[in-house]
Amino acid sequence: MKIYIPRDAAAKALGADEVASAVATEAAKRGLDVQIIRNGTRGMIWLEPLVEVDDARGRHAFGPVAPADVPALLDGKLESLGAVEDIPFFARQTRLTFARCGLIDPLSLSDYEAHGGLAGLRRALGMAPGEIVAEVTASGLRGRGGAGFPTGIKWKTVAEATADRKYIVCNADEGDSGTFADRMIMEGDPFTLIEGMAIAGVGTGATKGYVYIRSEYPDAIAVMEAAIRIARVSGLLGASVLGSGHPFDMEVRVGAGAYVCGEETSLLNSLEGKRGIVRAKPPLPALEGLFGKPTVVNNVLSLATVPVIFEKGAAHYAGFGLGRSKGTMPIQIAGNVKHGGLFETAFGMPLSDLVIDIAGGTASGRPVKAVQVGGPLGAYIPVSQFDTPFGYEEFDQKGGLIGHAGIVVFDDTADMLKMARFAMAFCAVESCGKCTPCRIGSVRGVETIDRIAAGDPAATVILTDLCDTMRDGSLCALGGFTPFPVMSALRHFPDDFARRKEAAE
Amino acid sequence: MSHSTAEAPQGDLSALISEHSGGEGPLLPILHAIQAAYGHIPQAAIPVIADALNLTKAEVHGVVTFYHDFREKPAGRHVIKLCRAEACQSVGGAELGERVLARLGLDWGGTTANGAVTVEPVYCLGLCACGPAAMVDGKVVGRVDDARMAKILTEAGA
Repeated sequence: MKIYIPRDAAAKALGADEVASAVATEAAKRGLDVQIIRNGTRGMIWLEPLVEVDDARGRHAFGPVAPADVPALLDGKLESLGAVEDIPFFARQTRLTFARCGLIDPLSLSDYEAHGGLAGLRRALGMAPGEIVAEVTASGLRGRGGAGFPTGIKWKTVAEATADRKYIVCNADEGDSGTFADRMIMEGDPFTLIEGMAIAGVGTGATKGYVYIRSEYPDAIAVMEAAIRIARVSGLLGASVLGSGHPFDMEVRVGAGAYVCGEETSLLNSLEGKRGIVRAKPPLPALEGLFGKPTVVNNVLSLATVPVIFEKGAAHYAGFGLGRSKGTMPIQIAGNVKHGGLFETAFGMPLSDLVIDIAGGTASGRPVKAVQVGGPLGAYIPVSQFDTPFGYEEFDQKGGLIGHAGIVVFDDTADMLKMARFAMAFCAVESCGKCTPCRIGSVRGVETIDRIAAGDPAATVILTDLCDTMRDGSLCALGGFTPFPVMSALRHFPDDFARRKEAAE
Repeated sequence: MSHSTAEAPQGDLSALISEHSGGEGPLLPILHAIQAAYGHIPQAAIPVIADALNLTKAEVHGVVTFYHDFREKPAGRHVIKLCRAEACQSVGGAELGERVLARLGLDWGGTTANGAVTVEPVYCLGLCACGPAAMVDGKVVGRVDDARMAKILTEAGA
């Protein structure tokens, strides 16, 4: 009998390690032959620790399981949730990027191959570099980190650049609140990221890859490092990728707690051992990136999606989605929600379906007030705009962004003035200091919001003007997009800003 | 997480530096290794690193002070990081943080008088569907409430 108990950080944070040791102890007591597999999470965080028992009847789920439930679990007296695939939250998804996450042992390469792994890389190795890049372009894949830039075009620029050395850099500095998909895939299916980076290397002529993982993710760092060691030993990485003659190797680099290093040029400086200061563009990193060499900088999800594109074909992937937002997006439903977790679906689902039907509304049971989409730089969207379909252009038209596709739900107790102030304060803490609108503007922004809170009506005009300056004059998205949460809060929730004025009068 | 507070002996430092100095852009890996060994980046390490990497002391100091992770002084015996980001705020994270600081009489980044606990802010641990989230000596904890936090603080000897 196999028992799957997730090793994912969210499952551990809810007691998965304690459940695993209880299973080992109780199974030994009963003389049961149990193989414990520490898988990734299936993404239904409200059910974690979600334990799956695989016996003669197949794989069935239990959760949330506490250590005290383990005797009943092993004695067959615990009520099962049935097969994970039949749980509505899971059944409604289209899992392409996350197809294996939670299903397999993350550190078993044979398990990975048995579930379609390496098929994409093997196909890519039979193609010319130009064909590899064309396949990515045809899939319509766009940067999953937030900017939505077509991945194929980025690869083409690097492929056509001439240099003695090129790099693939994976941006795993997932600092946006409400997002955890990068962490989840690295902990649950690390070989898919390695395979995606190897395909990128072969397609662009890069021989070295770096995964820059934030230090706040020690579990993801440990799993990725272990997976890279296994990949080297088995010839997936090294002097000749799967015996093809193409050299490609990679290593993990650990960040040091700076949010701005999620910005690609700041990340490159950090990798070079410098302060994480943003660089002006041009030159594009694709031409002058890491150590001045042509560099592909892609988000974890972009690279982790590459294997399935090559396994099933670009047309299959591009067949999902809406307009210019092709394929699927792993949406992370977080904050004050009843059913939070990872929901991978084709682009185009309206926000109301995600928040109300799928997430089941708030955990507190109170009415939803707003959702912040796209992390600390994303807009607060009021319930009146919940019909917005989930897509890059659709959110852009509403003055927002989908970013890394995290949605954070707030109930009616949220004070939107406080959230706007936090956005400015966060920008002040995390600003790299290179450009004035961000470095000074964020500090002034906090002060101006404090003036509004104290009842100064003139301060609203100043805040609006300041936000325009930050948006137009900042070098990167940190200063440039902080106005999104601030202005959306001000525009959609004026009562939270006006109430204080009346109170002061 | 218990650390020696002694200043770094030169020999050990050089060994840590040379272990990583062969790689590309080795400064961050070196600083992480030194902090893992000593619990902070001792002032005495700056000129040694600068010399090994052919950088100025100002450049090394600039990097150490840019990143939130690197400490110039040792932390308490236990480090509790509390998430202050939006998803945790939506489920009461900000209020929880204020209560913890008030109970211990600390500000963010402060250490209790007995040296047991340092409380630091963190902006997202990727536990956004099970907040409020915390990390205690590198171990993640989800859905932290007052009872859970009281237990953590008692175990840490705060």
